[in-house]
Amino acid sequence: MADDAIRCDACPVLCYIKPGRLGACDRYGNHDGQLVRVDPHVLLDRALARGSSVVPFLGREHEWDGTLVGNPGTFVTAIGAGTTYPDYKPAPFIISSEVEGVDMVTVVTEGIFSYCGVKVKIDTDRHLGPERHIVRAEGEAVGHVTTSEYGSQMLSLGGVRHLTGGSRHEGAVTCETLLNLCNGKAVDLKIDEGASVVLQAGQSPIIDEVREERMRVGCGSATIGMFAKQWFGKVDEVVVVDDHITGVLSEHQAGKLLGVPETGIRIKGRRSTPGRYFQVAEPGTAWGGTNLEDPLAILQPFKPKLAWPGLRLLMVSTTGEHHTYFELDENLKPVAKETPKELGESVARIKENCEPALCTVLFMAGAGGSLRAGVTENPVRLTNSVRDALTRVTCGGAPVYIWPGGGITFMVDVSRMPENAFGYVPTPALVAPIEFTLKLQDYGDLGGYLDQVRPLQSIVPEESRRHIAARPDNPWPLYPGKPSRSVR
Amino acid sequence: MSERAQIQLLSDGRRLHLQDGPIDIVLEAFGPRHEVESAYRAAARRFVTVLDELCGELPGLRQAPAEGTQPLGRIAQRMFTAVLPYASQTFITPMAAVAGAVAEEILETMTAAAILQRAYVNDGGDIAIHLATGQRFVVGMVDLPHRPSLFGSAVLDGSQPVRGIATSGWRGRSFSLGIADAVTVLADRAALADAGATIIANAVDLPGHPQVLRVPARDLVPDSDLGDRLVTQAVGELTVQEIEVALNSGEQMCQTLLAQGLIRAAALHLQGRTRIVGNSVCLQPFHDPTQERSLIHA
Repeated sequence: MADDAIRCDACPVLCYIKPGRLGACDRYGNHDGQLVRVDPHVLLDRALARGSSVVPFLGREHEWDGTLVGNPGTFVTAIGAGTTYPDYKPAPFIISSEVEGVDMVTVVTEGIFSYCGVKVKIDTDRHLGPERHIVRAEGEAVGHVTTSEYGSQMLSLGGVRHLTGGSRHEGAVTCETLLNLCNGKAVDLKIDEGASVVLQAGQSPIIDEVREERMRVGCGSATIGMFAKQWFGKVDEVVVVDDHITGVLSEHQAGKLLGVPETGIRIKGRRSTPGRYFQVAEPGTAWGGTNLEDPLAILQPFKPKLAWPGLRLLMVSTTGEHHTYFELDENLKPVAKETPKELGESVARIKENCEPALCTVLFMAGAGGSLRAGVTENPVRLTNSVRDALTRVTCGGAPVYIWPGGGITFMVDVSRMPENAFGYVPTPALVAPIEFTLKLQDYGDLGGYLDQVRPLQSIVPEESRRHIAARPDNPWPLYPGKPSRSVR
Repeated sequence: MSERAQIQLLSDGRRLHLQDGPIDIVLEAFGPRHEVESAYRAAARRFVTVLDELCGELPGLRQAPAEGTQPLGRIAQRMFTAVLPYASQTFITPMAAVAGAVAEEILETMTAAAILQRAYVNDGGDIAIHLATGQRFVVGMVDLPHRPSLFGSAVLDGSQPVRGIATSGWRGRSFSLGIADAVTVLADRAALADAGATIIANAVDLPGHPQVLRVPARDLVPDSDLGDRLVTQAVGELTVQEIEVALNSGEQMCQTLLAQGLIRAAALHLQGRTRIVGNSVCLQPFHDPTQERSLIHA
């Protein structure tokens, strides 16, 4: 067909869309030969945030209260703004508003990010898979296991090599995985030689079909430090089993200070400092993030010279989920017994001190490229302006952290953004909102498209907009004071 | 393909929203809480494969039904069966019943999974209804989608056979060959209502009228099942007589379909005038839209 229709591959209907028209879904359209998403535009509404938490609605006459003009309670996010790729055209919306007497400009666009990904922090000590191993969705490589953090396992997903550097299917699956994670949906992932996990931003992770309820209270050694005083006098020995550092009360500095006598206990594994042992077992999903089903497997026979029959031993994991109480028999062999009430209370205390395990998702992308040309004719000045903290960058109205150095590489907590803020293009690449807010005067100085600036009031009544409440925990994006580099 | 489909409870905490590609469904079930939950879970499970099933045989569904071309999928068969009675007289493809057929399938999945007092599955205005004995729904009808106001209501009662409602017109999401602003049809099943509404809306027409702008469907949507047939894009102001002529033509078509049992009732709307045909007990023009609340916007 010799027309300018394009094939939309956002869904299997594969509509053939003529310029200026929408596909069967009314969500994707052909805009000058480019496939664009045309969901209703999202506006954050500060006034709404004070009252009800969410007011979804398509723009209606008189919804706009004239008194807010001049002290805007509305911030236009880039969600649904569309994009103008290639980016040498002015961004879809450049909006001015007066805030506390200062003319502010917000340049609103949706960026198409091929260079983007997510960092997922999974609060668990369970072993998910060896560092650097591939993370898969539907069998396709979408990322890898990266350096773990305190009490958390970390995944790095997406990135340009998976999005566009592999097969077409790998790219599509990666894009879908990122999109779902960013939009707060659950994804199923499998780590090579590791666990199967179900991850969802703001929810507890599901690891090999078991929902992780709690983070560990600390490493095994830290647990000894925290609870030594509560155990003193009620039990002769405590072993806190932990894949990272297993702690032993009688040998630990905390036990020594309290005067806990030696017990003749001997632990398998590599001793670090007194009372602290590395590698007591293999990583796993049982006791304290090890593969231990039976904690006694890490004990060697007690030293007969020091131990005594009737010695009381508590073994507990760092989350309190596993624990067993033992007493030594005539032959100094531990025999499991019912846990005395006061020790049971200390186990409950460990549990109580464990924070809920969460999955958290940070979206990370680079806006340092041609996207800047939609903001100004002189792109490097925008980068400099961001670096000099004259321009505030937000993502769907949420604060971002700008990574130092070249370009505009930012990170944002997706749970602080409005619902379904992310989209995608079949390239594949993610579409994320990005807003640049600065003083009108500064905008002129950096070569901005002053002739394209529209007052905030002008966009409200005439076009269909979705008003949502601003999140009270996010700083208001339009505050004219000095924006800090990383906003919290 | 479950990753693509969006499934979420709306903010009222009662209605479930299902969206996948062009399919946009709002549904609600009424009954004990655990039954409603079972029904919603079943609907969500069934929904995730619907679009793929349909797209798998899309080329065939865009062609006029003929002997030996029976499609494979359950939904596709509902579509095919719904349009087959018309195929010998006029051009129609199974796509004319796609929304109603999808609504029907989701509703049946729900009622098979749970015991519900009543339920509706609204697929972009084409609605499948479940009513247990003694239950009823009041459905509001809207003529202009961009400026919603109710022009009438339909009262559906469990003792009557109507379980499907559909609306067609040139202002809707699908193309129409006629000039009706909206034709709402009640039928025993949603797919039948969907096909019937398409046929009747096509019949509300003033052929060759200079005030009606018609464009070959393919010029707008290159892969439209309507090919080069002229679809209505604008209708100028008509005289009262012209409106009556067009509505008469539509009413005639209604009588044929009523006689064949394909539909139970229809409300035809053109430039502010409404014609009710068939079972007038359940279809009523609205006199005071503030007094009754609509449960579903057709």
